[in-house]
Amino acid sequence: MVTLTVNGRVVQAQEGEMLLEVIRREGIDIPALCHHEAVEPFGACRLCMVEITKEAWDGWTNHVTSCLYPVEQDLIVSTHTPKVNELRKSVLDLQLARCPNSPEIRKLAAEYGVNETSFESKPDADNCILCGLCTRICDKMGFNAISTVGRGHGKEIAPPMHEAPPDCVGCLSCALNCPTNVIEYSDVNGKRTIWGKQFELIKCSECGKTTITREFAQALSDRKGIPIEYFEKCDHCHRKELSLTMGQVAGWSKEVQS
Amino acid sequence: MRVEKTSQLAKLQKTFLEKMNKHDRTVLICCGPGCLANGAQKISDEFHKVLKKKKIKGFSIEALKETGCHGFCEQGPLVIIEPDGIFYTRVKVKDVEEIIDTSIKKKEVVERLLYTDQATDKTYETYSEIPFYKLQHRVALRNIGKIRQCDIEEYIAVGGYQGMAKALTKMKPMEVIDEVTTSGLRGRGGGGFPAGRKWATCAKIDDEPRYVICNGDEGDPGAFMDRAIMEGDPHSVLEGMIIAAYAVGAQDGYIYVREEYPLAVVNIQKAIEQATELGLLGENILGTGFNLNLHVSRGGGAFVCGESSALMRSVAGEVGEPRAKYIRSVQKGVFDKPTVLNNVESYANVPVIIEKGGKWFATLGTPKSTGTKAFSLVGKVRNTGLIEVPMGTTLRQIIYDIGGGVIDNKPLKAVQTGGPSGGCLPEDKLDLSVDFDTLTKAGSMMGSGGMIVMDERTCVVDVAKYFLKFLNDESCGKCVPCREGLYQLHALAVAISEGRATEEDLDKMEKLSDNIVIGSLCGLGKSGPNPFLSTIQYFRDEYLAHIKDKKCPAGVCRELITYKVDAEKCDGCMACIAACAQKCITGKKGEPHVINQERCDKCGACYAVCNKRDAIEVA
Repeated sequence: MVTLTVNGRVVQAQEGEMLLEVIRREGIDIPALCHHEAVEPFGACRLCMVEITKEAWDGWTNHVTSCLYPVEQDLIVSTHTPKVNELRKSVLDLQLARCPNSPEIRKLAAEYGVNETSFESKPDADNCILCGLCTRICDKMGFNAISTVGRGHGKEIAPPMHEAPPDCVGCLSCALNCPTNVIEYSDVNGKRTIWGKQFELIKCSECGKTTITREFAQALSDRKGIPIEYFEKCDHCHRKELSLTMGQVAGWSKEVQS
Repeated sequence: MRVEKTSQLAKLQKTFLEKMNKHDRTVLICCGPGCLANGAQKISDEFHKVLKKKKIKGFSIEALKETGCHGFCEQGPLVIIEPDGIFYTRVKVKDVEEIIDTSIKKKEVVERLLYTDQATDKTYETYSEIPFYKLQHRVALRNIGKIRQCDIEEYIAVGGYQGMAKALTKMKPMEVIDEVTTSGLRGRGGGGFPAGRKWATCAKIDDEPRYVICNGDEGDPGAFMDRAIMEGDPHSVLEGMIIAAYAVGAQDGYIYVREEYPLAVVNIQKAIEQATELGLLGENILGTGFNLNLHVSRGGGAFVCGESSALMRSVAGEVGEPRAKYIRSVQKGVFDKPTVLNNVESYANVPVIIEKGGKWFATLGTPKSTGTKAFSLVGKVRNTGLIEVPMGTTLRQIIYDIGGGVIDNKPLKAVQTGGPSGGCLPEDKLDLSVDFDTLTKAGSMMGSGGMIVMDERTCVVDVAKYFLKFLNDESCGKCVPCREGLYQLHALAVAISEGRATEEDLDKMEKLSDNIVIGSLCGLGKSGPNPFLSTIQYFRDEYLAHIKDKKCPAGVCRELITYKVDAEKCDGCMACIAACAQKCITGKKGEPHVINQERCDKCGACYAVCNKRDAIEVA
């Protein structure tokens, strides 16, 4: 175990934990847009920056992204110093210039006192903050269908060659985890469209409700050895069936349990 | 043939040296990047062609050598006749026959091809007398320009692989590290991190396998030190890497070379094959049981891939984006394994350090920045080229004594060191010692060794704008302060250069710069605002002239200048009329010309052609 101080509070943490986990566990609210438990910390949005120091450092302080900084014995962490707040404000000011129309960014920026950006707004602004969460989650899912393209200010998220991505299975992991809800998709008439690619949604053989895409089902089946027929029913109907079966087979009742 | 023992290597050296000195004359043709661009290959081909026809006693085509960069690029293509060191400059294909007839057949000198120092009007016969060479001290560049490029025989002949042999057979890994620590060698890529400390930390990490990496992703505009080493003397890099690998216990290594250096890629690859064939690389090196395999990894040309953590991701086949280095790469580097990464020039120094000892190396340079440093001296300086000087040499010595001063004896305005993220130092800083700490303290940095000389016709706002654009384009785009911050900083610099900015914008830029420096993820972002910060530190008045007076004192920023014909001086030669792409200059022959200001796009072509008459003014 490691003992450190966060905003004056002495706290314990596991070796190897990152500061952000500890800070959030303590109930301290600091923003982080590119962070997600499912993927490795990235350090791109720079909003989770905190100030660190140690008694032994003789007054020297450093600013680090808490999502990437492993806990250290005797570390003194401050999450809202004037400089830290200024750094966050500056980042949000810049993000607002990039995404002036994003409600999520507007709200967060306003919390740090930025109502309008002090810079020139991007002319053809969209709401993508380039946190890369979508591509990282897609990689983690094992599909690698989309990626960051280019570099610098002109960087973007896109499928290969800007064409319908061959490896996309339409699982929606990217869209559902986007902090600014910028990845568009539609489920219409049993068809799903995302990244310019159309998928057929499986219709539950029991209730007729649409479930996941056929490609996603196939990928899960291939990888996990789940029979493809399993995906012909929706979760709801599977559970219904399971409860019926369990009821019949086990014949559990309250009396038996007690 | 495989070299199994040190004694065998010594024998080989003797054989190769005899072979190298067999001829009483040797012709060295510089085929460094600068000379090649000026047609050195054609000259070499011509030498071969002519010599095939002529039979000269004591001379054969074997004594004709294409070498790496000899350094004095300004005077290229260069041809040197050894052993006397006769130095021919600006050689053309038509000069080849005369050189052969005069200098090889008759051992005389072609006077008209010798170098004349413009400043003193003195002509020099051999290169060692020329101030440009005389004041240099070559350690990393020791063989370049002297031996056939990428030739293991000649490398061994001049003492190559002796440092490696010494390390592998006579020293323990820890002793090698201690020697490098004693030498005080600091990272030549610009970081200046002590190499010995880096190696020692890596050696201590309890994890396998370990890797050595050579950073050959030299990306600074105008810099070509590492290129010259990789092309001209790749074996010195390999030898340094073998020693490093032995010291830290690595069995695998990568040389990351940018694809834009095609000859470097080819020569490094060739050098690896040559060394492997001789048993100096690969399994059981020199019969010591030590193994090392080196691989070439080609970079796609992203500047950011010169940043160590991005480079390592690129080597592993991932997108070249840096990661936070709170866990250092000596601990978790390429493939998450302990990795020692050094720059080309750093590795090239290592064999000499092992051979001559760390103490010897530490006598060169300053106490905290030992050894020598290679620079590419470019810009408005008379003698552009590749140089190597002891650390602690002053900027003035480099620019005036070696570089021969500013072209046309114009006053020097600034010198830019450290590449895009370095800084501009004004005239009154020229007596600063060139070493890691002094330059950083002055607001610039050593960087990998680019040095750009600027005269009064260089506008610092324009310079800042150029480098900010470069860094903005080359930012990997991962973290917000660098990607968005540098973009905005550049946009504001553009506004200044177009006379649209206010003094508040300057404050905004300074504040933003501060936040980019603190907030960015990697070195590129952290040093990204430097082009602005160092110019505003020393040239605030010039910024204010753009902002308040809407003037560009250097006459560069198009929106703020006008070109005018001085009717008194204009003799009506019509040269400017011919040069004007806008066709906005009118006038008859022999009569003063007039520029139509409404149509003029301020390209400056008229100004350039009127240079001698001085009849066109820019204000």
